[in-house]
Amino acid sequence: MADEALFQFLHNELIQYVYKSSEQGEMENARCITKLENMGFRVGQGLIERFTKDTARFKDELDVMKFICKDFWTSVFKKQIDNLRTNHQGIYVLQDNKFRLLSQLSAGKQYLEHAPKYLAFTCGLVRGGLANLGVKSIVTAEVSVMPACKFQVMIQKV
Amino acid sequence: MMTMLGGEPFLLVSKQEQQNYPLYIRSVPSDSELKFHYTVHTSLDVVEEKVSAVGKVIVDQRELYLGLLYPTEDYKVYGYVTNSKVKFVIVVDSSNTSLRDNEIRSMFRKLHNSFTDVMCNPFYNPGDPIQSKVFDSMVSSMMVQTC
Repeated sequence: MADEALFQFLHNELIQYVYKSSEQGEMENARCITKLENMGFRVGQGLIERFTKDTARFKDELDVMKFICKDFWTSVFKKQIDNLRTNHQGIYVLQDNKFRLLSQLSAGKQYLEHAPKYLAFTCGLVRGGLANLGVKSIVTAEVSVMPACKFQVMIQKV
Repeated sequence: MMTMLGGEPFLLVSKQEQQNYPLYIRSVPSDSELKFHYTVHTSLDVVEEKVSAVGKVIVDQRELYLGLLYPTEDYKVYGYVTNSKVKFVIVVDSSNTSLRDNEIRSMFRKLHNSFTDVMCNPFYNPGDPIQSKVFDSMVSSMMVQTC
């Protein structure tokens, strides 16, 4: 489908744009990541508002996470999360074995150091979505082997 | 939170569990507006109660529409809570018999749809009062219908 490619191109350009408009340097990298993350946050808020419009009310946190893994992920990335794990104390690990935004990069070690750029937006997306559903969280991502990646969601208890 | 009033609607939207501040309020007869504000804010407690009961009671109420919150002598108060914890409240005159449960439900659906559009507007900052003209006119048309 065409919209798949469009989103990827837009996302790639977004990263290019954010990085090009910034100065060089170690500090700048962190700032760019934050910027991308914040963009994702706002998009996530809007998306979740639309996606949950016709769904029943969520029972609990786990219900919300399942929704993110299934419906939300399918809508955005055309596939479900492959594995969801939790310690039942507010930590969730979402594993995607073939993450779409990474699948166009080399599967080797070559671009491993660039991977964080391509994950920041998605981290924000998840955080924004959860925040709009009333779940405050911190989302981090990690990659060990290339198209696979793990998102760790830490729920902030009030 | 969001409200509608009147012989007809007073409507208001509110956000987030703890801090219930209004996002949008609109009422038809402006003379008794304060009273409606009071009614609407009081009704938020009932909303809270209904939502927190989800999953605990046997009657599993998972629909977003909460139904009639409580009737007073002069008004009926209806509630609706989105998954993003925005509360919609509609207050109508008790004497208005043309508005049945189903009509109210579809009014809430419309409100929710419009609210979603507002949320997805990149120029709208989540949590700010709603100033969208489209939203305004949608509410107006809904109120005209019911008058």
